[in-house]
Amino acid sequence: MVRGKTLTKLTPYLFLIVPLIIYLIWVIGPMFYTFYLSLTDWDGLSTPNFIGWRNYQRLFKDPVFYTSLKNNLKWVLSFITIPVVAGLALAMALNHAIPLEKFFKASFYSPLVLSLVVCGLMWSWAYHPAHGLINSALRLMGLDALAQGWLSDKDLVMWAIIVVGIWRQVGYVMVLYLAGLQSIDPSLVDASKVDGCTGWQTFRHVIFPLLAPVTVIVVVISIIDSLRAFDLVSVMTRGGPFNSSSVLANFMYIEAFNNYKMGYGAAIAVILFLISLVFIFTYLWRILQTEMEY
Amino acid sequence: MTAKKFFSSPWRTLGFIALVGVTFLWLVPVLSALVTAFRTNDDILLHGFWSLPRQLGLSSFKDAWERGGLSRYLPNSFIITLPSLILTLFFSSLSAYALARFRFRGNRLIFFLYVGGTMLPFQVLMLPVFRLTDALGLYDTYWGLIAFHTAFQLGFCTFLLRNYMRTVPGEILESARIDGCSEFRIWWQIMMPLTLPAIAALATLEFTWIFNDYLWAIVLLRSDALKPVTAGLAALQGQYVMDWTVITAGALLATIPTVIVFIFLQRYFIEGLTLGATKG
Repeated sequence: MVRGKTLTKLTPYLFLIVPLIIYLIWVIGPMFYTFYLSLTDWDGLSTPNFIGWRNYQRLFKDPVFYTSLKNNLKWVLSFITIPVVAGLALAMALNHAIPLEKFFKASFYSPLVLSLVVCGLMWSWAYHPAHGLINSALRLMGLDALAQGWLSDKDLVMWAIIVVGIWRQVGYVMVLYLAGLQSIDPSLVDASKVDGCTGWQTFRHVIFPLLAPVTVIVVVISIIDSLRAFDLVSVMTRGGPFNSSSVLANFMYIEAFNNYKMGYGAAIAVILFLISLVFIFTYLWRILQTEMEY
Repeated sequence: MTAKKFFSSPWRTLGFIALVGVTFLWLVPVLSALVTAFRTNDDILLHGFWSLPRQLGLSSFKDAWERGGLSRYLPNSFIITLPSLILTLFFSSLSAYALARFRFRGNRLIFFLYVGGTMLPFQVLMLPVFRLTDALGLYDTYWGLIAFHTAFQLGFCTFLLRNYMRTVPGEILESARIDGCSEFRIWWQIMMPLTLPAIAALATLEFTWIFNDYLWAIVLLRSDALKPVTAGLAALQGQYVMDWTVITAGALLATIPTVIVFIFLQRYFIEGLTLGATKG
């Protein structure tokens, strides 16, 4: 009997042991190890030497770091506004039975199925200065002055890439809001209509507040996604021209794997991690709150 | 509402037309890639993008497949994706069961470790994982990449499956326990069949995620012969700088598997997306 009891106590650990060890070795452990590496001069080959905070001191004087930080900020601000508003608007429009509803929905979330590499390539072609879809269309309409080197102009390039990110994100936000709308009790909406609310008032005072939990999740996910931005930049410009489209993730990759300054790369990663941490905790906090409701 | 009734209101009709316009704009990049891939490079360079195609053909696809290396890259993607998918679903269903069905010390801490881990920026794991694969002799092999995908996706899968398993009524499991079933049999023969809808949704989503991964493929692989299609396409872009018909053809070929999954398992894909975000 005693043996049976210890065994029951051990059961959850038996289930957990293998996956948890894998997770600790490949995910949690590396996270801490990056902190250590950021204090070394590791080049990827020789043994890392401890050099204290020197990587960070260099980083805070590096102009590319500030460019990347600013670009990440542009990315975050665009991501928490445009796709959220557009996704919500589409969800509201497509939450009714309208003709071709399925086709519309599929059109907006289909970019989600494409890899970011494919999205980046398709758009690079659309942005092509001489033969691309956009510039040729502008020239065809006689708007030659508007034709740009979308990916070679240092003031335009970041926005040109962010547009691609937004293009892919809108469908995701729409899906989340559609699911949120499904869970709203229709009688609440009907009641507000009976009380004489206009469509906009119903949305503003009934539907939108009820969607608040979805909005929080959408915003947090959007921020985390925009801090992760790497693939599009890597495929479309590699951060160029002259680092004008560099983002932290891409900056880190280039320093670590192209310039073999892995210690320095680790320091960039740590800064990126610290920025993300705020939002990771926000997310965990929300989950903790829903846990309490059980 | 029937179509006739729907269009009886001019406002609705106007809104509908606007929606059609926006949707068309949305699809333009994809349509443009499609049109490009079936044309020849000379035709586009000579007559412009908006000219009527002089000839259409599959030669760009053939180029991308044979000389571009898609015939190697695409199978590689499956060799990497399928084992990762199966392993991560297997392991996460184990840990999810423990977290969903047992009270024990550290339950919540482990759960938060899994959830928090899924949101990490990849850069913070990159160098140690690179070093680890190197130390284990897994650098530049399929298995290094498979091991990492399996481990990293555990976080999200455990999170999702654990939440789903909590909704299974306890009486079913309790009666099996009274009948003397071992916990492993309860997990495999009772819990797993009941969790199948969630696993299907998760598998669809994870398939596209792992299949579409680019960053880890370029970090953990060096040989061109092992590259999955995402990394292969990036290499193709460097090689065919001037020939966009081949690049777009390659990009389209690369999307076929995920598009097939999406067409046939669309419902599960959408379910997976929303399960992850709204149940949290």
